[in-house]
Amino acid sequence: MIVGALQEKRDSSLLGALPHPGNLTLHNFSVVNGRIHLVRSLLNSVVFTGAVLVCTMVFGVLAGYALAQLKFPGRGLAFGLVLLVQVVPFQLLMIPLYVMIVRGYGLADNYLGIILPYTINSTAVFVFRQYFLQLPRELFDAARIDGAGEWRVLRTVAVPLVRPALLTAALLTFIGPWNEFLWPFLVTKKAEMQPLAVSLANYISSVAASADNPFGAILAGAVVLAAPAVVLFVLFQRHFVSTELGSGVKG
Amino acid sequence: MSQLLPTEPPAAEAPVGASPAAGRTHRYVPWRSSAENQPIGTLFALPYLAFVAVVFAFPLGFAVWISLHDYFFAAPGASVDRPWVGLDNYKTALQDPAVRSAFGHVLVFLVINVPLTVVLSLVLAASLNAAIPFRTAFRTSFYLPYVTASIAIVGVWLFLFSEDGIVNKVLGPLAPDPSWLTNSHLAMPSIALFVTWKQLGFFILLYLAALQNVPKDLYEAAAVDGASKLRMFRSITIPSVRPATTLVVVLSTITGGNLFTEPYLLTGGGGPNGSSTSPVLLMYQRGIEQSKPDVAAAIGVLLVLLVMLIAGVQRLVLERK
Repeated sequence: MIVGALQEKRDSSLLGALPHPGNLTLHNFSVVNGRIHLVRSLLNSVVFTGAVLVCTMVFGVLAGYALAQLKFPGRGLAFGLVLLVQVVPFQLLMIPLYVMIVRGYGLADNYLGIILPYTINSTAVFVFRQYFLQLPRELFDAARIDGAGEWRVLRTVAVPLVRPALLTAALLTFIGPWNEFLWPFLVTKKAEMQPLAVSLANYISSVAASADNPFGAILAGAVVLAAPAVVLFVLFQRHFVSTELGSGVKG
Repeated sequence: MSQLLPTEPPAAEAPVGASPAAGRTHRYVPWRSSAENQPIGTLFALPYLAFVAVVFAFPLGFAVWISLHDYFFAAPGASVDRPWVGLDNYKTALQDPAVRSAFGHVLVFLVINVPLTVVLSLVLAASLNAAIPFRTAFRTSFYLPYVTASIAIVGVWLFLFSEDGIVNKVLGPLAPDPSWLTNSHLAMPSIALFVTWKQLGFFILLYLAALQNVPKDLYEAAAVDGASKLRMFRSITIPSVRPATTLVVVLSTITGGNLFTEPYLLTGGGGPNGSSTSPVLLMYQRGIEQSKPDVAAAIGVLLVLLVMLIAGVQRLVLERK
């Protein structure tokens, strides 16, 4: 993929899959940049993904902690909802969400409109709950005896203890909005509001055919889109382990 | 933790309705009275619950409502009459040959994708679970497609499988004509293979989690009895991970129902001649491009019913064995 992105002329022979010094260039990046405002789309992706991450971390930890360690009326119902939400297929929500958000609230080409359906990742809530459940109750009771309020117990006792969960959930959450195509595609029509995945897709389906080296440009865009997820994954691979994810998905 | 004591006033954040009575001799202990009920939990969970109500519960009902009415787009705030039409939208959807063939494509997709996913991910997970050389490198190579955006990988596949792509160059005269993604018999299977490969990392992860719960002494006992590796795999591994298999089958079926990005981009919007359209792609075309959200909502309801039916049958079959 990287090789293809750097090729000046397309070489589709098998040897072409190997880097060839005479045929390497950064030109493709500027070509794709010239058509889709790489930086602007990248920024949109960052805003979209960042907002989802922040909301999921803050509200997800709160909900996960409450579901695991606090007794309140409706807790069972709330947990049932967490599980239910994860099996609701997007096909069913696509049309009503489009009608509500784009037609009803007029949030087309608006960051809020892109973010809204993804604000809190239910899988992350579930992962947090599983982690908070593993912590012994006595730990929290001790802090409460010392006079800490719930908010303080959560901040100073619970959160530091589940740091690995924070990372797992952050990685899990990141992949979703960063790679998401369908919903941002429905919501954004203006090029300057599109996340990278959407503008690249538009490039593939409409512009590419007229370019000199379409695959070079497509692959250049693909490299930019894939790099953050791949780098994060390789860096934090240890945390992306099966047991944590497994417990998150097993239900 | 002890440093909290002097700074935090005991009753400052006590739960509602538990304020310390005046003139009591011993200190108010919030945790004791709150052991039964901690209303602050509701507060903590509230943002999430509000989110679920707005983005899931309401649209879910709304989808069914739209599908039963003559629904069309109107200016925001305009009050228009949207008469009840019963099952008319469903009739329109089912009489549309494109819709029927799209449902057929889901079945083609599932027939290829589901068995392949189960077999490949189980075998690969089992071998990753054993101590093999370059384990980390293998693991990484399976997970990378999963964490990478479909869009990015579609670019690579177009590079490989297009008319004059690398694959056809290598195959030479053996290359199919018309090529993979423009061949009406091969387009959907090509998409199914793409998705299988892309999602494999996730399902390997699920199986790895399940494999870690298989008791080691089962294998030891079998080894004492002189069972071969293959025999152990058949008689111990496969039955032990059956719940995971059910999950993998159901989840990959749901993935198949959600298919959109791949037909949209790999085959240029479901070509050739609509031979690779998916129902979600049709929902997009009917609902948003052609402004018939009511018919699209009906397709959505039908699709979910179909996927749930298939998943239910799969579960029954898998769990009965």
